[in-house]
Amino acid sequence: MDKQDNMNRRKFLREGVWGACLAGVGTAAGLSIARGNSGNMVWQIDPYKCIACGNCATYCVLEDSAVKCVQAYAMCGYCDLCTGYLVPEPKALDTGAENELCPTGAIKRTYVEDPYYEYTIDESLCNGCGKCVKGCMIFGNGSLFLQVRHDRCQNCNECAIAAACPSQAFKRVPADRPYLLKGADNK
Amino acid sequence: MARLARLIILVVVTLIPCLPVQGEIRFPPPEFESGYEFPQTVSPMPQPAFQEYIDAAVLFAGLLLASHLILKRRSRRAIFVLMIGALLYFGFLREGCICPIGAIQNMTLTVFDSNYAIPIAAVVFFVVPLIFTLFNGRVFCGAICPLGAIQDAVLIRPVAVPRWLESGLRLFAYAYLGAAILFAATGSAFVICRYDPFVGFFRMGGNWNILIFGASLLLIGLFIGRPYCRFLCPYGVILRNLSRLAKRRVTITPGECIQCRLCEDACPFGAIREPTGNWPEGEYRIAKRRLALFLLLLPVLVAAGVWSGHAVRNPLARVHPRVRTAERIYLEEAGKVQGTTNISDAFRATGQSTEVLYEEATKIRSQFGLGGALLGGFIGLVGAGKLIALSVRRRRTEYEADPAGCFACGRCYKSCPKEHERLRKRQEGVGRCA
Repeated sequence: MDKQDNMNRRKFLREGVWGACLAGVGTAAGLSIARGNSGNMVWQIDPYKCIACGNCATYCVLEDSAVKCVQAYAMCGYCDLCTGYLVPEPKALDTGAENELCPTGAIKRTYVEDPYYEYTIDESLCNGCGKCVKGCMIFGNGSLFLQVRHDRCQNCNECAIAAACPSQAFKRVPADRPYLLKGADNK
Repeated sequence: MARLARLIILVVVTLIPCLPVQGEIRFPPPEFESGYEFPQTVSPMPQPAFQEYIDAAVLFAGLLLASHLILKRRSRRAIFVLMIGALLYFGFLREGCICPIGAIQNMTLTVFDSNYAIPIAAVVFFVVPLIFTLFNGRVFCGAICPLGAIQDAVLIRPVAVPRWLESGLRLFAYAYLGAAILFAATGSAFVICRYDPFVGFFRMGGNWNILIFGASLLLIGLFIGRPYCRFLCPYGVILRNLSRLAKRRVTITPGECIQCRLCEDACPFGAIREPTGNWPEGEYRIAKRRLALFLLLLPVLVAAGVWSGHAVRNPLARVHPRVRTAERIYLEEAGKVQGTTNISDAFRATGQSTEVLYEEATKIRSQFGLGGALLGGFIGLVGAGKLIALSVRRRRTEYEADPAGCFACGRCYKSCPKEHERLRKRQEGVGRCA
């Protein structure tokens, strides 16, 4: 009889704990869904915090980084002597490889009208090293900046570049407005 | 005209270093005369969210199927096929993100950071395997988890690990869970994701140190079944404790145990518990005394844990980027180091005052003071609990799958003669119908 009682008590306790666990899990799920985002969050770089240190090119889990350079055309000075395009003290202001700052030749320079030149990024070549961004930021208008490109980004739970970013420029942004653009593009 | 512009640019460039950095239009955008229009920058949108709903649906369907195969069909081969399927889908196709193990951190951050909006997929991935475990035991571990699957698939020559060692090594998993929650709660890092040993294989590339870590785990896994699951997995810690309460679980025999001992060595994970006899006369008193000692040790271990957890608060706090920045800036301001780093350059570029930074760092450090003490106390408590559990004998009359440690892989089914009897009967039943 005593033993029976003991078993019953044990079973009752077990059931109680089981129910409490299930209720706990359910409540946690409900509360976090209520607090959660109906859309989704994605990683993005705040261009005004970025210092173009070069980590984006190497820390991304992808072989070819998801971070690319973006040109805010409305901010660009269309300079002939572009410090984002040309190495410091270039031999000539032209498209010669020895004059280009970009290690992969991803910036295209096209003549618009005297004395203006348009600079366009070829994303398939850009590796996100940010050399041009730094050049443009220090001496130019800062129209070149780095952004996570969402056709490539895997949206890792913890972005490996964010973990290595010295300026904490990475943040989660809503997926329906996934870019933090500079200048007039930043609506 | 062109030469003049170039001259102006050169003059300005030489003067630039005197100007504040960033956010300045130094060369006004030109007014074009040739009718040039700004090109449109195309910004590709992220993957639509429905992919996540598909993942959640696959997870749910997979767990239903796994429960059926493990508890009803009792077929190791079918479980293995499902496991490989899950490895291909959640591992190699979806590249191992998001997973329930990492979702622990998302859930934690939701609790502690009111600005953080958790993706629905993370909630589903965290919660659904828990609920299934409460009903059916660790079917997630056995057949769905890609991290478990990759280790299970390489296990060729299992070696038994003594129970005390297994129990001791499992302390790492508890510590890892506690640390992951602490770092997620303080917004420092998602360490589970950072040190995920197999995600590099799923993505076919990644950080070399982690790849080497994963490869060594797989090498160990050739002989010691599922080393990550048993000794490190933080989600496994939650699942094993919920599995103790499960409504249904893996039973080695489909009928009654006939004590044939054939299943004794069937489990590569040491999760089969043999029946217990009575304590040998002399040992009982020693065991009693040992238990009393461990019970007394419990508060001591907890206190030691709290103390040492609090003592390592500063190294722990250094995981937080803000604290790292503050420490670097402090060293530079105090003249204790030469030069600047990317971190200090980035901080100075923001133009924030060092006081604000130091204040923030102090706040985070004090959070780690409390958190470290709690973490240490938790580890001490678990350690003491393990000592106590090891010195208590549960009464068992049959060979049983350990309710907590069983991964529900189904390897033991075939070793039971009762199972063969059941299969034969089913076969005959099918034959009669046909």
